[in-house]
Parts: sequence; structure tokens; C-alpha cells
Amino acid sequence: MVEYRIDRRSGVATYVQIVQQTKQALRLGLLEEGDKLPTAREVVEATAINPNTVLKAYRELEREGLVEARRGLGTFVRRSLGTAPADSPLRAELEAWAARARAAGLERDDVDALFTSVLDAHFAQSKGDA
Amino acid sequence: MTDTAIEAAALGRSFGRRRRQALEGCSFRLPAGRVCALTGPNGAGKSTLLALAAGLLRPTEGSIAVLGRTPAAARERLAYVAQNKPLHPQLTIAGTLRLGRDLNPRRWDARVPERIIAEGDLDPGARIRSLSGGQRTRVALALALGKRPELLLLDEPMADLDPLARHQLMATLMADAADHGTTVVMSSHVVAELEGSCDHLLLLGGGRVRLAGPLDDLLAAHTLVTGRSGDTLEPHTVVESRTTGRQLTALVRPAGPLGEGRRTDRPSLEELVLAHLRSPEAPPLVLDTEQEAAA
Repeated sequence: MVEYRIDRRSGVATYVQIVQQTKQALRLGLLEEGDKLPTAREVVEATAINPNTVLKAYRELEREGLVEARRGLGTFVRRSLGTAPADSPLRAELEAWAARARAAGLERDDVDALFTSVLDAHFAQSKGDA
Repeated sequence: MTDTAIEAAALGRSFGRRRRQALEGCSFRLPAGRVCALTGPNGAGKSTLLALAAGLLRPTEGSIAVLGRTPAAARERLAYVAQNKPLHPQLTIAGTLRLGRDLNPRRWDARVPERIIAEGDLDPGARIRSLSGGQRTRVALALALGKRPELLLLDEPMADLDPLARHQLMATLMADAADHGTTVVMSSHVVAELEGSCDHLLLLGGGRVRLAGPLDDLLAAHTLVTGRSGDTLEPHTVVESRTTGRQLTALVRPAGPLGEGRRTDRPSLEELVLAHLRSPEAPPLVLDTEQEAAA
């Protein structure tokens, strides 16, 4: 079972926080296939957030094929999320790029700003993506 | 169950011999099952609107329907907690709840109020007059929820509660909404208090509707733009724009792509509301919720 921590000042939509924390739990193995997510009532009793927000987050997770709602029983994990492989070629390319950026005299914040702007250009504004 | 909790059409209400207009030309629809934040500055008409929905006031113009009927006909299915939480000071808490049961014989569910009272560590034998403001709020909410309303109208419900009580009561309200699909409308001028708990927004200003609709849709319809001063914001609808040195900050309703070289952010609820309050001349935005409700 996961427990959600909602940060109301983070600027991240509440349902997105639930989606992200669920995925995080899937990546860390805190949630495994067949596990049950807390009911909307359980979540709102603990967090005082809106029940429709919880349902919206669960619908999003369901749309992504990560969980399934079983009528009258609850919402269950369908598959877990593997971690992004640490030795993928993509990572190696990024490593090399970061080394070049550093050699060129860029500071961490410069790299961060660059990377974020490139991310924004190639990916839709972060909606449910974690 | 009707799928519309409140529907207002050109609703207006004036007071006194001078016909001071507290509400004017308000049109919106609140689908059932929503938790709606009713906000706006002092004197915006929030309490008047709630009293009209509760059937305690009659409109002087236009109309308001509640749960598909007139407010008077829907009275049994709604509960209203006024800002000053009127309770009988001489009654005990237990006596107050008995009164609630006797006045609502067909709908009363004693478990909910008993749990709310127990959660607040209140002695059922205590008299209302001996309670603090926050404790009275707790009793008033217990009374309102015991009736099992389909629509719950709360005027500044959290104003005199400490943070723990606020969290507990908000959680109780949300759990009730999760269990029964209760529609909740709560007013507050403290916007941050409502963020996270509400999925619908009704912003009033000067007696008129400034923003109405599903909260996510309203937020998605606005973008915070940071650019260089002198940038043109056409053809977008500008709610508010400010220039500081070379920097331009604006809240806009985009009418298309916002162009290169600008930073764009999603506004928070507070930023959305404050920008509209600072710019009373910005055009209102009422989003149709028909499709949302059907989805």
C-alpha cells in the first residue's frame, strides 16, 4: 500500500502528484503487480484532497496501463515499472554531453536551464509524465 | 439524482431602498458531485449567493435552481451552514443533534455527527454557549452532515478553526463527498485554504461572476508568460500584465501558440485568482461544464 504526500505549494497539480508518486512507488518496488491502491475515500481521509482528483489520477494510471479498476473491489497494479537502465546508450551520450558542457565552462544552473528548454521543446508540458 | 446541483440564470439580488446590487447578472451551472470553491473579495456577493441557493433569500432578478427545483422545494435535500454558525446556546451538543434528528426524521444518520463530535474531543453534555468558535463550527458541520444532504452550502466554514481541526473537517467533508457524491460549495476569501480540496471554481467580484468552471480547465485556459517588455501579447486575451525593468509578466488566455523566447508557466489557483482580483476589468470566463459532466 502507498501513502500519498500532497504538497499544495509545489505548483504541480494534485492529480499529477498522485500519478508521480504511484509511478515512483512502482519504480522503487514499493508497489508490485496485483497490489491494491488505497481507495479514494482512504486517500481523502488522510490528505483532505478532493475525491475526484484521486479518481482522475487513477484514471490516468489506468489509461497508461499501469493499474486496472475492478468493479466493487478497487484499483490494482497491473504491471510494475522498470527503472531506466543505467547503462543505456542514451545515458552514455548524455554523460558525454554533460562533460563537454562542463568543459565549456557551463555551471550546473546553465546546464539545467538548457536541458529544461530542450525538454520543453521535445516533450509536451509535463502533464502526467513523471 | 439530478446531474445539476445549482443553475443560475441572470441571477441578481439587490438590497434596501437604494436597491444596492449585491449580485448582478450571474449565470453559471454547477454539476452535481463537485466540490466548489466560492471565492472573491469581501463584499463580492458570496454570502448572498449562498443564501439564495439555500432559499433564505429570493432573487430580485433572474432565477436559481437547486437540484433541479426551486431552493424552497429542495430544502430537505440541502444543508446550509451560515457564517455565524447559528445554534441554540442553551442546548447541549447531544440536544442539538437530537434536534437535528427530530427535524430531519427521514434523512438523519447519527453516525456521522457522532464521529465528528468525538474527533473533536467534545463532551456531548457540554452546552453550546460554553464552546469556542472552532468547536461551534464543528457542531454546526456535524449537524449539517447528519442530515445527509445532497448539496452542502458552507459560508466561510474554516474561518475560526485551528490547522488540525481544519484538516480533520476538510478530510471529513471529502470522505463524505467520496461516499455519497455530495456536492459541496464552500466560500472563503483565503484561496490557499481551498486548493487541493476543490475541483470547481466560482470567483465573484463586484456582484458578478468573474470565473466559473472546472478548476483544471480554468487553470489550463490561462498561462503565465514571462518575456521582455515591449513584447506584444496580441492576439491573446490579457488578464493582467506588469512590467518590471525589461521584464514583462502577464497572465493571459492564449488564443494560439505563445511564440518563442518566452517562459510560460501554469498558474496556481492563487495566482489565477489574484490576477483577476487585481484586474476588475478583465473579461469574465465561464466554461461550459456540459461535456465534463457527461464524461
